[in-house]
Amino acid sequence: MKIAVASGKGGTGKTTVAVNLALSIGEAQLLDCDVEAPNVHLLLKPGDIDSKPIYVKVPRILEDRCDYCGRCAEACNFNAIFVARGQIILFEELCHGCGLCAKICPRRAIVEEEKIVGFVKWGWAGGIELIWGELGVGEPSPEPVIEAVKGRMDEGRTVIIDVAPGASCPVVSAVYGSDFCILVTEPTPFGLHDLRQMVGVLRRLGIPMGVVVNKAGLGDRGVYKYCEMEGIPILLEIPFDRRIAELYSRGIPFIQEMPEWRGRFLKLMDDIGRLMG
Amino acid sequence: MRQVAILSGKGGTGKTTVASSLAALAGRTVIADCDVEASNMPLLLNPEIRERREFETRKAEIDPKSCLRCGLCIEECRFDAIRDFQVDPVKCEGCGVCAYICPTGAARLKPRVSGYLYVSETRYGPLCHADLLPGESSSGRLVSLVREMARAVALERGLDLILIDGAPGIGCPVIASVTGVDLGVIVTEPSMSGLHDMERALHLLRHFNVQPLIVINKYDLHIEMARRIREFCDEEGVEVAALIPFDEAVVEAMLRGMTIIEYESKGEVSKELRRIWDVIQKFL
Repeated sequence: MKIAVASGKGGTGKTTVAVNLALSIGEAQLLDCDVEAPNVHLLLKPGDIDSKPIYVKVPRILEDRCDYCGRCAEACNFNAIFVARGQIILFEELCHGCGLCAKICPRRAIVEEEKIVGFVKWGWAGGIELIWGELGVGEPSPEPVIEAVKGRMDEGRTVIIDVAPGASCPVVSAVYGSDFCILVTEPTPFGLHDLRQMVGVLRRLGIPMGVVVNKAGLGDRGVYKYCEMEGIPILLEIPFDRRIAELYSRGIPFIQEMPEWRGRFLKLMDDIGRLMG
Repeated sequence: MRQVAILSGKGGTGKTTVASSLAALAGRTVIADCDVEASNMPLLLNPEIRERREFETRKAEIDPKSCLRCGLCIEECRFDAIRDFQVDPVKCEGCGVCAYICPTGAARLKPRVSGYLYVSETRYGPLCHADLLPGESSSGRLVSLVREMARAVALERGLDLILIDGAPGIGCPVIASVTGVDLGVIVTEPSMSGLHDMERALHLLRHFNVQPLIVINKYDLHIEMARRIREFCDEEGVEVAALIPFDEAVVEAMLRGMTIIEYESKGEVSKELRRIWDVIQKFL
């Protein structure tokens, strides 16, 4: 079973839920697909770490062959090439590496080269195999790194996927193909607004979902009313508790200090199993 | 014209709280909400929408009538977006390689509405914002359009400051939010993750030659870690503009659609936010 943990809004507690859930299960694969800000390894502190670079193709312009005809710039759907008289500029941060410019150039003045955009890393923490990605700083596209993390997924095991905040391509890449998605939110207007965005994403992808309300007790009832109206089950509430916040600050998964929570996370897994039929 | 971007690396550290308060303190400013996937500034500023534009992206489509099933598109698509001669719109990035190589013209790019851009009025001045529809791509391009709109509004109204509220992370929407700004304010929190993600955000600002400034929010949730972040900033030669204490009043203000500056103008949080505004003015 592949379970994604997402939220829309940042800082609602995705990583907390993903890590404590994995620790409660005991044996699982945990994939940190928030490759722009990967934090799971800070809590799990895995050992025997190994890593591999991720390559993508990027265009290189051979200026001595270029006659500035501008066809590449015209064809590029990402506005990543600018051509003026006697001048051609590639904006690497806009390039998606699709290869169209190299195909289209009549003088073969554009070649493609491999470039490292990040790393996939893996290691073990007890019975948990942690796989995480790190996008290189300054690189715009996290998708190749996310795909590399997911490429190491072992579908025979319980897989938990920690997803980045937002509701756009990196989130879609991470949750794509999951059997279920846990949406972690906080009971505030910001939490609710961004939860709605994520519900939109998951409905489009046809992925069943349930909500975990974190920092319960703060805020208002908006999230609860919304979930009731939309028929989205609330699977668990984690109260706003200074002790939980402090443990997170220190990089300690809270079930290690508050073992009574282990049972609640295991029940969460059972409930998901039931919802999946 | 000066531009200040608020970013964080890690999500939920308080970017929007800081940005909305700076807007309240700045007075004459254009506010640009560049977190287009989770646009929260409107929830605090109660905007009156004056102008709405569609944001278009393109996705490939294959016409089954003229498709020869030659498989060239499947072979050449780098995003694994074509299966069984059908385009998966979730995976398609709209690059147009399939349309270019298709021998019969069966593969074509079709425009579609992927979001909306707005210019609104708020009690603190004009707000430029956008909503990317759930699951759509090209958030970086949408952010660039929001910033373009904000510049146009600033010129038109003779306002010389743009305050940008960014998205979490360090990828394309964040890069689009920080390129060419005069100052990048990183809002962090005292946790291992806060420190780690702040480091990455700091590297990003340096990569794009943007002057950084740090704010430690909710510093009293872990004073020891706040001290470590401060030491790290000292070593890196980056100024820490303020340490904001944790205060549930921030959530109460949010519930009422107010900035914390309005809700509790004399509180400790507001005092620190004023300090940030003073430091920003010094930099500008």
